Amino acid sequence: MTAEALALIVFLPLLAACAAVAFPGRWLGWIVRIGLLPLPVLMLAPTLAVLDQNVIHLALAGHASPLGIEWRLDPLSLLMLWLNVGITVLISLHAGVSFRPDSDRGQRFWPLWLILFASMNALVLSADLFNLYVTLELVTLAAIGLIAVESKPAALRAGMRYLLLALMASLLYLLGVGLIYGQTGTLDLYLIAEQIEPGWLPVTAMALMIVGLLIKSAVFPLHAWLPAAHGNAPGPVSAILSAMVVKVSIYMIWRLWFWGAAGWDLATAANLMGLLGAAAIVYGSLAALVQDRLKMIVAYSTVAQLGYLMLLFPLASTLAFQAASYHLLSHGLAKAAMFLAAANILSSVGTDRLQRLAGVDQRRPLDVFALALGGVSILGLPPSGGFVAKWLFLEAAWHQQAWGWLVLVAAGGLLAAAYLFRVLGVICLHPRKRLNRRQHREIPNLASVAALILAVSAIAAGFFSAPVLSLISAGLPPGVTP
Amino acid sequence: MMAFLLYWTPLALVLVSAFAGAVIFVAGERRWLLRTILNLAAAVIKLLLVILIGILVLNGHTPEFRVALVPNLDLVLRADALSLLFASLSAVLWMVTTVYAIAYLERSPNRARFFGFFSLCVAATMGISLAGNLLTFFIFYELLTLTTWPLVVHTGTAAAIRSGRTYLRYTLSGGVLFLIGLIWLYGLAGPQDFIAGGTLAEYGVDARFSLQVIFVLMTIGMGVKAALVPLHGWLPEAMVAPAPVSALLHAVAVVKAGAFGLVRLVEDVFGPQLVADLGLDLPLLLAAAVTILYGSFQALRQVDLKKRLAFSTVSQVSYIILGIAIGGPIATTGGIVHLVHQGLMKIILFFCAGIFGNLLGIKYIHQLDGVGRRMPWTSACFTVGALGMIGLPPVAGFISKWYLGAGAVAVDRAWVVGVLVASTILNASYFLPVIKRIWLNPPPDKWPSEVQVSRIEAASLVGPAIAAAGLALGVGLFAGHPLSPLNWVAGIVTGYFP
Repeated sequence: MTAEALALIVFLPLLAACAAVAFPGRWLGWIVRIGLLPLPVLMLAPTLAVLDQNVIHLALAGHASPLGIEWRLDPLSLLMLWLNVGITVLISLHAGVSFRPDSDRGQRFWPLWLILFASMNALVLSADLFNLYVTLELVTLAAIGLIAVESKPAALRAGMRYLLLALMASLLYLLGVGLIYGQTGTLDLYLIAEQIEPGWLPVTAMALMIVGLLIKSAVFPLHAWLPAAHGNAPGPVSAILSAMVVKVSIYMIWRLWFWGAAGWDLATAANLMGLLGAAAIVYGSLAALVQDRLKMIVAYSTVAQLGYLMLLFPLASTLAFQAASYHLLSHGLAKAAMFLAAANILSSVGTDRLQRLAGVDQRRPLDVFALALGGVSILGLPPSGGFVAKWLFLEAAWHQQAWGWLVLVAAGGLLAAAYLFRVLGVICLHPRKRLNRRQHREIPNLASVAALILAVSAIAAGFFSAPVLSLISAGLPPGVTP
Repeated sequence: MMAFLLYWTPLALVLVSAFAGAVIFVAGERRWLLRTILNLAAAVIKLLLVILIGILVLNGHTPEFRVALVPNLDLVLRADALSLLFASLSAVLWMVTTVYAIAYLERSPNRARFFGFFSLCVAATMGISLAGNLLTFFIFYELLTLTTWPLVVHTGTAAAIRSGRTYLRYTLSGGVLFLIGLIWLYGLAGPQDFIAGGTLAEYGVDARFSLQVIFVLMTIGMGVKAALVPLHGWLPEAMVAPAPVSALLHAVAVVKAGAFGLVRLVEDVFGPQLVADLGLDLPLLLAAAVTILYGSFQALRQVDLKKRLAFSTVSQVSYIILGIAIGGPIATTGGIVHLVHQGLMKIILFFCAGIFGNLLGIKYIHQLDGVGRRMPWTSACFTVGALGMIGLPPVAGFISKWYLGAGAVAVDRAWVVGVLVASTILNASYFLPVIKRIWLNPPPDKWPSEVQVSRIEAASLVGPAIAAAGLALGVGLFAGHPLSPLNWVAGIVTGYFP
């Protein structure tokens, strides 16, 4: 039952993508629905199985590890899977009206969207380094295709830059995989920890893989491609890029670090990673503060918020794991909401330059509301998912007497407040003389509702954290102290 | 049935306004009638709920709603005597402010947004009053910051946006310090509910320094909203907001949230004895005394009526802090009861300032000449509020000052009486000239910008002011009644000084 459900979770969207390419016409809408909507129901079987057995191993088509593809589902991957399914389905509500399946744009968009979705699901389930590589490549290529789907010059340029950097990152990662394979003769992520000792070769291999993944997840100072790519992509694409695509490569780093290199003494490297995170928080926030386009501000905010995920490495405790995972979840919801809202404002006003947005709250109240609610969670103000994550981070730092990280997390919200309220301040400014008398394009309500649902979920995450947190603490890597 | 009531009423009290706010947002700008009905209905239901909870508390029950937010971290809403004091103050004043605000904003745009956030703001204040531990308090405290920001910037002018930014700069920074203190405290002592007399005494010896730092961090965090000098900078600037907002910020919600939090911190978390043992009562007392004198002095220098009132708030709110910092049952009673008295008196003054501004275009004090003949009712209310602020019997303010002074003498801090006298002289010298202008100076030929309003509109502007003035006189005259705020507070205070 679980095996079939998991297989469907990956292959149903993939088959739908194939069908969408083969029959791009009237049926596209239904193909997309079939590829997406059953997924939340299908998730129930694996969820129950994980609650019951904690870890599930699965050999696809009965072939065991060296030859076949092996999947592994544990609490952390279950969380990622749920997040991906949930966020993708919600964003698809928006995409359903911004890329209507019966339009020309829609026919280019939906196959790529489904492939991206399927490959992220596969990535989260993969248990060996090479499959992770293949799925990550699929994710990246589909993402780049989506960035460029509207063929706007700025998006094409950003996509090209992303492509080149991502290819380089893949090479680094693949090199590392090769070195590990040469050493151990295995690719199983959960076996290599037993097979390798920290020597210069395994360390080099690990470092190569992690640097490659840091590029893909746009961690400071390797973030240069992200703002342009996320800021110029179409709305639903920006949303999924910031909410999930960069997160899956961070998820892979966590896997390599805490599972693959379990037992290594990584204190120095961990502090270095933490410092990168700190730099990302400060730099990303400051850069967001000087942008003059709404989507660029939201994109730089992603650079900053990814920094918090890096704090897991130096803190590395149960609380820190809960904090980082919950941050991943609430940031995903909040940021998707903000990007969708920003996209609605952009397509309604025709521009997202800040000085043109004065008084936009009167025309697009729902979008501004979604933007603000998402912002509250990003700020880590209570009650919101962001606050729960922040609280857990602070508690984790307090218990380890890591005062530096504590102050960073506590004050990081102020930096976010600076750029978010700059935006809201401009939006709420109502000059006597209307600056923008231009025509406003009407956009369907569903587009705003999708943003609002995501934003409200980010806030609601502040109230219903208990099951998620206990799930996370059931799936801790070996050797993490409670 | 009883258990059901005891569990859900605190939550209902918070959610009534939140629900009304959400519906107002959804209903949109044009549904005037629905919005007005919702506003008033929510205010009435809230008042009834407060009465219900009051009856429950008087019968010896403790309504409590508790839910785990994060494992080991509870959101607790509990109605004890102190929370009931603040909740009933808020509910009553909200009722009158709602009536006033509906009339005041009659012609302005964005009313749906205004009343939506207005209701959310009440919800946050109710949460603050019912918070049963510091975490819950913090959550609603930050929520209050968020929901008042749109009210401060409501007019959408560049000045409003600027003062909104200042407001956030102060309150969010204060919130961060509060949060650090909170984490520290939770790490040190674990989650603790508010208990009269405090729960931290056992840590007083081993973790003396930590407790001192925590206290200072939290005092700064709450002092920002309570406008303790030098953390008061945002308050006079926030005067650009519409008058009902100022009334609300000054009399009930924001500054009171800070002062109320300090009462909780001193009395229910640390305990007055521990605060004194840690040597923290004197610094707090000095801060309050400085704020009282500085605020009054600044008020004297203002020519803008609302600014003068704002600095007067800075000064008056610190009476509350002064009372709890002096220590001893009498002064503490005087301080906490001022929570109610100052709220009643200040809201009158802001209502009146709003009426003068809205109907006659009066912004500066010199424009008030002879307004008493043009608007006798409003002017009479203003006079009651101003005399109460000075501390003239039988208005409520006198009782606070009397208890503060007597309490200070009782614990051998007679010098505080000097502060009170100096402040009273300053109060008199910035309010009496205004009263003289209103009643004795001849009116001008033409008011700055006069607006004609219907009778109903005028009544719903002046009515709330008259109601508040009646209350301010009433709690002063009937201070001896068993259910008066004074006796209610005296009952609370016996729990702190057994």
